[in-house]
Amino acid sequence: MSRFLLPLAVFALLVVVLAIGIRHAPEKDIIASPLIGKPAPHFALPDLADPAHTVDSRSLTGRWYLFNVWGTWCFECRAEHDTLLEVRNAAIVPLVGLDWKDDDGEARAWLAQLGNPYQVVAVDHSGRAAIDWGVYGAPETFLVNPQGIVVYKYVGPLTHEVWTHDILPRVPGHPVAGS
Amino acid sequence: MRRRLTRLTGVLLAALLVVGAAATAYAVDPTQLSDPKLQARYLALTHELRCMQCQNESLADSPVVLAADLRAEVRDMLLAGKSDDEIRAFMVARYGDFILFRPRFNARTAWVWLAPGVLLLVGALVCVRVLRQRAALLTDDSDPVEEDVQT
Repeated sequence: MSRFLLPLAVFALLVVVLAIGIRHAPEKDIIASPLIGKPAPHFALPDLADPAHTVDSRSLTGRWYLFNVWGTWCFECRAEHDTLLEVRNAAIVPLVGLDWKDDDGEARAWLAQLGNPYQVVAVDHSGRAAIDWGVYGAPETFLVNPQGIVVYKYVGPLTHEVWTHDILPRVPGHPVAGS
Repeated sequence: MRRRLTRLTGVLLAALLVVGAAATAYAVDPTQLSDPKLQARYLALTHELRCMQCQNESLADSPVVLAADLRAEVRDMLLAGKSDDEIRAFMVARYGDFILFRPRFNARTAWVWLAPGVLLLVGALVCVRVLRQRAALLTDDSDPVEEDVQT
């Protein structure tokens, strides 16, 4: 009897390990950002609305903002656009866009057609700023606090649920804003 | 003779496969640094860094734009005289340990490195136990084996 006990214990352990693995499987695709808790990377890039003007990330510190990486070539960015407009209309946290490896004309046409949820959009033609932010697929959204520290990152199209359950509760003074 | 021919065909096929694989690798990444030492380090680094978009491909093998951008970063840093460790640290600071196909040893990755050794030790212990038990069975058996067969 006891000779079966050890293999049984090993088997039980294996089941537990695999069960944990399966339960966490949906999170497997999302890679934790090493940026959380660290200062937001600095960038100084042309403004989409006026390329002669520079958007410097230092001018953003001192208040909460959402940093949203997008591009007109990105299908899922269209899917999240309504949520971005909802975020703009809530007027709680301003949206700062990073137009990643995109055509300026197409980006401006996109915003004119679908509505512009952004307070300002920086243009990243080289993709260098996106690398500094550890972006590996648009859309990605970062929540930055007034001290310029990244407190939260969401990979994938922003939804109403993510906005109300994961982002708003992190912004002081707005713990719950409806459902 | 026929056997030798099949062996020759096998070698030729293997050579073709190797050449083919090399050809596709160059099709993805045509980067050629003038210094052969830098080129060797460039190839080593781009093969051990993960493409974050395709995840099971290295930077060297991935055709996506982000991989090309990151290869360009590796190239520029090599040309700027950065060390391999500095380049790895640059990537890890932005993308986390996940970007390294060979994770560094730390508290979070310790089990990845130690698990094979622990499993080997467990296997060896089980092996020793089984062998000892069998050896004990043999010495307990006092009857000659030949007589067992005859009866």
